Amino acid sequence: MSLNRIRIDGREISYEPGQTLIEAAQAAGIYIPHLCHHPEFTAHGSCKLCTVKVNGRTCSACTMPAMEGQEVLSDTDELNATRRRITQMLFVEGNHFCPGCEKSGDCQLQAVGYFLGMEDTHFPHFFPSRRVDASHPDLMLDLDRCILCELCVRASRESDGKSVFEVAGRGLESRLVVNSASGLLVDTPMTVQDRAAQVCPVGAILVKRTAFRHSIGDRHYDEVNIAEQSLKAPIPESPHG
Amino acid sequence: MDPIAPQPLMSILAKHPRQDTELLQILREVQAEYRSVSRSMMSVIARHLEIPFARVLSVVEFYSFLSQEPLGQYDLRLSDSITDHHLGSLDLAQKLSERLRVNFGKTREDGRVSLSYTSCTGLCDQGPAGLINGKPLTRLDKVRIEALADCIEAGTPLDQWPASWFEVEDRVYRRDLLLEGDLLPGTALQHLIHQDRKDILQEIERSGLRGRGGAGFKTASKWQYCYEGPEGSIPGDASIPRYVVCNADEGEPGTFKDRVILSQKAHEVFEGMTVCARVIGAREGFLYLRGEYAFLRGTLEGILTARRNAGLLGKSILGLDNFDFDIRIHLGAGAYICGEESALIESLEGKRGHPRNRPPYPVTSGYLGHPTVVNNVETFQAAARITAYGGDWFASVGTRESRGTKILSVSGDCAQPGIYEIPWGTSVRDVVALAGASDVLGVQVGGPSGAFIGAQELDRRIAFEDLATGGSLMIFDSRRDVLEIARNFTRFFAHESCGFCTPCRVGTSLLRNQFQKICEGHGTAKDLVELTEIARLVQGNSHCGLGQTAANPILSTLERFPDLYQERLKALHFEPGFDLDGSLAIARAMTGRDDARAHLHQED
Repeated sequence: MSLNRIRIDGREISYEPGQTLIEAAQAAGIYIPHLCHHPEFTAHGSCKLCTVKVNGRTCSACTMPAMEGQEVLSDTDELNATRRRITQMLFVEGNHFCPGCEKSGDCQLQAVGYFLGMEDTHFPHFFPSRRVDASHPDLMLDLDRCILCELCVRASRESDGKSVFEVAGRGLESRLVVNSASGLLVDTPMTVQDRAAQVCPVGAILVKRTAFRHSIGDRHYDEVNIAEQSLKAPIPESPHG
Repeated sequence: MDPIAPQPLMSILAKHPRQDTELLQILREVQAEYRSVSRSMMSVIARHLEIPFARVLSVVEFYSFLSQEPLGQYDLRLSDSITDHHLGSLDLAQKLSERLRVNFGKTREDGRVSLSYTSCTGLCDQGPAGLINGKPLTRLDKVRIEALADCIEAGTPLDQWPASWFEVEDRVYRRDLLLEGDLLPGTALQHLIHQDRKDILQEIERSGLRGRGGAGFKTASKWQYCYEGPEGSIPGDASIPRYVVCNADEGEPGTFKDRVILSQKAHEVFEGMTVCARVIGAREGFLYLRGEYAFLRGTLEGILTARRNAGLLGKSILGLDNFDFDIRIHLGAGAYICGEESALIESLEGKRGHPRNRPPYPVTSGYLGHPTVVNNVETFQAAARITAYGGDWFASVGTRESRGTKILSVSGDCAQPGIYEIPWGTSVRDVVALAGASDVLGVQVGGPSGAFIGAQELDRRIAFEDLATGGSLMIFDSRRDVLEIARNFTRFFAHESCGFCTPCRVGTSLLRNQFQKICEGHGTAKDLVELTEIARLVQGNSHCGLGQTAANPILSTLERFPDLYQERLKALHFEPGFDLDGSLAIARAMTGRDDARAHLHQED
């Protein structure tokens, strides 16, 4: 029996010890939908979009270590239907209005929705009342669009060494907060050069004065779908819009 | 800046080691002192502990017992458990609200009193129950409510209230292996003098003891894995710290047996933890006590001191070399999720109670990333007795897969709600008969996360082979509304979801709303299909046990009582997608109105 090999959707691939399933899949050119995963940062496992079946058991591909003999199912009708529903949950939880959002076309939530064949939001919307923080001279924080993936939390802590962000609250009341007594982004040491300013998969953290540099129809996911994009480079990080 | 008197805050900070793991403990004391944790206090605490302000905020917002807005001088929380409702708590709540002129979820303008609901307080055998400034109130009734409101209006200090109002009784109706008699302090530890860790572990293995929190993992294996430590390390390597944690975050509605064990057998629980420490090589242990049980703390601290004085805890226990072990008590602050072992560890570390990713498991990477055993109160008590009396003594009772006895918390519609220690394998029917229940409609076994079984299933047995349970048994008679019970449980999960993963964070609220729509008579056949679909999504894709079981109340009642659901449905050719009256809820909340004219009737 060969060592360090697993099967994903019937295809045998090899992995490096220590790799998670999503990393092994990515290296082998297999896309597993995800939003909270980013190769640079500690695995999080919260969005549950990368849910796969390993030897019949449900688990998150971004946190599950690849181990000899795993039989992984990922691209199945059942799992994709589940992922579509989870994506729809993220849509109804916040306030996502793609036509009016400057991240449209560069947004991973939107792109994964298209990829999964999502045609409506299915669930009743919660229409939460959330804040916009425009206090920072160079950055916008629009919490209506936050999906609580904690990528900015991790980027700020792990790359920038600033811990600007944190998630507070509980359950559906969970919310992104910033590290200042005033609660405003301007009172944190965050700058536009921070990694945390670039990793937001949706339009929650935006760089001011960069919107609409690219017209709609001429944006990342207008060219390629998120699967192709994800396999080329993990995440498009050019200035949005 | 808020006008804060800095002196009490400074003395609270001075009392604690300057470590971020103390955060939650500090916040609890600040809340008790100031009735709130304001942002300016959070800044002071953050600077003192050298942690980000946002970390403090995230913890304050996570736990139900912490509040940024000042709560009343009297903070009154009534149990929202369904058994309390059935004992008339909702009527009492309304009376209280009228009498004290304050709505639920609010603080009265003069700051005198706050009124709210809280998840099960672990006093279901003597409800309706609640908490006032963290102290338990039991057996509430109309007379007591009136007198209590008078005390609040008069500003009478709590220590001048009648002691009987706070009296918590331990009602034990059946004692067996664990509750019969007392183990003299040190009896189990004596065995450690002549037996090495392997012998002790062998007895635990022989006893067949499985975790009593509900999941039933073999205790001996858990202890052995922890001793072995992370992959690649030398088993028992003394340079790697190991921890023993006792999970006394008994939050499953309808459970109160740990409260009784801690009241009556705390010595044995601590002794079991000490045995575990010897087996795995731990020097530090924690008792994670749910915030609702803070009233037990004083007695428990006293027992710990007595054990230290007797040489049963502390340095060189029983004079043995290399056997130092001590136990600290850590209080929770109102979060059911912290009963999940990895969330509990996060909470011990002074963080929000978010369950961790697994692997690694706590036995290799637990508290502060070190190997940690987390066991239930009852498990440790059993381990102490097994060490004293031997594995065979324990294994001779019970069934093949479920050895020994189980301590049950029985509540609901029965003559004698209380504690019943029964051999595993006992039928639900026998327990129900012991408790003096008749006309049984169904029994909720294992709390909301367990299963609702109907009257025709009473011969099922309480055992890992059939109905596994952490110990909650709620009995409902034919007066009760099955859907109302399931609805209460569904609301509970939405309230307690930690918010970490999408399926549970969003799904439990979707479930709550969808179920409410059906219960209130606005649902159609299609809504029922949708309800089932959401239930399966939440059950199959959530990160931890909370989400994976959150749909059980709906799924288990839908399976057994489909007719009750059908009866609530509207026969319509269209789906009413818009609830006119429901959509006015925000307007009602904003204007503080709930009178008849603030509601709109919708034509069918």
